[in-house]
Amino acid sequence: MSRVTRFAAGDPGPAARVAGFIAHLRENGLRLGVAEAKLSLNALANVNAVLPDDCRRVLRAVCTGCKEEAERFDALFDSFWMDAGRVKQRVIPKPHVALNDDVHSTRDGTGQDTSASGTSTAPDTGDGEAESEGTGKLIATEQRNLSRRDLRDLVRADEIAEAEAVARRIGATLRDRRSRRRIAARKGDRLHFRKTIRRSLSTGGEPLHLLHKRRPDRERKIVALCDVSGSMSVYAQVFLAFLAGLMRAEKNADAYLFHTRLVRITEALRDKDTMRAIGRMSLMADGFGGGSKIGPSLKRFAESYAKRFVDGRSVVLILSDGCDTEPPEHLGSALEKLKKRGCKIIWLNPLKGWRDYAPIAGGMAAALPHLDLFAAANTLDDLAALETELVRL
Amino acid sequence: MTWTDLQSALGEHGYVASGDLSVALHLALTLERPLLLEGAAGVGKTEVARTLSLAQNTKLIRLQCYEGLDASQSIYEWNYQRQLLTIRSAAEDGQTGKSVEDRIFTREFLLERPLLAAITQDQSPVLLIDEIDRADEEFEAYLLEVLSDYQISVPELGTITASSKPIVILTSNVTRDLSDALRRRCLYTYVEYPDRVTELAILKARCPEVEARLAQQIIGFVQKLRQEELEKTPGVAEMLDFAAALMGLGIADLTDDPAILQSTLTTLLKTQSDQAQITAEVAARIAGKAA
Repeated sequence: MSRVTRFAAGDPGPAARVAGFIAHLRENGLRLGVAEAKLSLNALANVNAVLPDDCRRVLRAVCTGCKEEAERFDALFDSFWMDAGRVKQRVIPKPHVALNDDVHSTRDGTGQDTSASGTSTAPDTGDGEAESEGTGKLIATEQRNLSRRDLRDLVRADEIAEAEAVARRIGATLRDRRSRRRIAARKGDRLHFRKTIRRSLSTGGEPLHLLHKRRPDRERKIVALCDVSGSMSVYAQVFLAFLAGLMRAEKNADAYLFHTRLVRITEALRDKDTMRAIGRMSLMADGFGGGSKIGPSLKRFAESYAKRFVDGRSVVLILSDGCDTEPPEHLGSALEKLKKRGCKIIWLNPLKGWRDYAPIAGGMAAALPHLDLFAAANTLDDLAALETELVRL
Repeated sequence: MTWTDLQSALGEHGYVASGDLSVALHLALTLERPLLLEGAAGVGKTEVARTLSLAQNTKLIRLQCYEGLDASQSIYEWNYQRQLLTIRSAAEDGQTGKSVEDRIFTREFLLERPLLAAITQDQSPVLLIDEIDRADEEFEAYLLEVLSDYQISVPELGTITASSKPIVILTSNVTRDLSDALRRRCLYTYVEYPDRVTELAILKARCPEVEARLAQQIIGFVQKLRQEELEKTPGVAEMLDFAAALMGLGIADLTDDPAILQSTLTTLLKTQSDQAQITAEVAARIAGKAA
C-alpha cells in the first residue's frame, strides 16, 4: 500500500483537506455538494479517523450513490489520500470527448482523411449516399456525410398533417393503464370512502351520495429516435414527417436524430411554422445521410438524455434499419442500459417489411432480446397499422 | 459504540456483516441518515435490517414496495366502517355536525400504515423499506418528504411529527435507477456476494451442526457455481437452504453421489434453463473442483 499523502506545512487542517477531497471527487464526475462535505466531516467524527481504512469506508458510504461510483471510489480515494506526493494527482481522466463528434473537420479523430470530398461550407457535388445506393446494397458506411441536406426537399406540409393524425392516434393508444392509485371520478369502479363519509355527515350519517374513484389514465411519454444515416435515406421522408407530426400531436414527446452522432431535435420541431421547423431540423441534422453508429449513439442517449427524459412510463421508439458500423455488443449493452430505466422499447425497422427478412445483421440480433416490439414500418399506413399492436404493450 | 462493536453485535445474532456494511450501518445510526443498500437478490439486504432490530432491541417495521403502492397502504387510512357506525350512533343520540366531525377525525379512527407507525413509536424502530425500486416515482418523491422532515401531514388532523426518528434502511435490487434526489438523501452501500471466508462464517453461524469439511465443500461449490453464467445466481439464502437440504439427507461428502447432489440443486437453481445447464455431470465436476 502506498503511503498516506503528506500535505504542505501551511495546510489549513483536516476540514480543508476533506473539502479538497470532495472537490477532487467532484472534478471526477461525482455529483456532490456542500451538504455532502458537511456530512463527511460529521461522519468522520464518528469513527477513528486515524485509520485509513475506516476513513475510506466512511467516505465511501457518504460520497457514493450508485454501484459505478462505489467501484471508482477506491482509485479516487487512493489518488488523493494515499499518494506519497504533496500534490494531488488525478488518476482518472475526465471522460474523453471524442473529437470527431463536435469538431467540423474532414479529418476524423484518427487523423486520416475521410473520403467525402466536400467540406461543411462547400459541399461536394454528388451526395455522399449516392455511392451506397448505386451498389444496390444497404450497407452502413463509416464516414459522416458532411454535406448539408435540406430536409424541406424531402418532407411536404400535407404529409406532416397526415402524420400528425397518425401520431395522435398512436399517442392515444399508448395510455398507461398500470396505475394502482385511484382518483375521484364521476364514474368510477370503487367507492371513494373518504369523500362519501364526509358528505354523509350532512345527512346524519346516511351515505346518500356515493362518490367514486377510478384508476387514472396516465399518458405515456413517447421518445422517438430516428436513424438518418445513408442506408435509411429512402425512408427518411416518412419517418421525419412522422416525427414532426408526433411533436405536434403529443405535448410531452421527445425526438432525436442520429447518424454518427446524436442530436436532440425536440425544441426545433416545436416551432409553430411546420416548414420552418423542418428547416431548423435540417440545420441540426448536419451529417444527414452519412454513416451510422447506432450502438454508440444509443449508448450516448442512454447515458445522457435518457437519465432526464426516460422513465418507467416512457415508450422509446427507435426507427432504424439496424445496419451498424460498430460491433453489435455496443448496441446490446446500450439497449440493456436503456431498458433499466423501466421503459418499453419499440424498434421499427423498414427492412422487416421485406420478404424473407431475418434480423441476422449483427446489430439487430443483439438488440432483439431487449425489445418489447419489433415491427416493420415503411410508410405512414404501416405506422397507423401499428395501433393494434401497441394496445397490447 | 464503534462500528466494530456493532459488527460483533450483529454477529451475535447470526449476521456476518462486512466492514463496509458495518461502518455504513454505524453511520446511519449515529448520523440519523437513511441507508440505501443495493445489491443482487439474496445477498442479505433484508436480513441485515431484521438483525439490526434484534441487536438494537427495537421493533422492525417493514414496508414492502410494489408498483402502484399508494398513501392508503403506506402511510395511513381512515377506518371508514368505524366512522360510519359512530356517525350513525351519534345521529341517534341527537348529535350532529361539528361535534361528530371532531370526533371521527381523531387518531382513534386512523389506521396506521408502516410509515406512520414508524414515526409514532416511543423507541426508534428499524424501518425497512424493501425493494424501493419496485415502487413508482411518485412514491419515491413522497418518501423523500417523509425522510427529510420525519413528519406526515393528514389534512383532517394536521401534521404528525416524529416522536422518535426511525432507523431507515432502504433496499433495492437495481431493477431501475433511483432518482438522484433520493440517493443524495441516503448513505449508500453496495452489498456484494460474500467472499469465501465470510460465507463460511455465515454458514457456521447459521448451521453450526454442519461439519467443517462439508462446510468447506458447500461454500466451494456455491462460490464456483456463482462463476457459471446463470440466469439467477444463487444467493446466501439459497446456500443455507442447500446446506440444510444436505444435512436433511445425511450427506457427509458432496462428491459421494452425483444423483443426490443433482437432486439437492433445486435449492440453488431457480429457473428451468439454469437447471438444464447444470446437469449431473457439470455439478459433479464443480463439486470435484471445489473439494
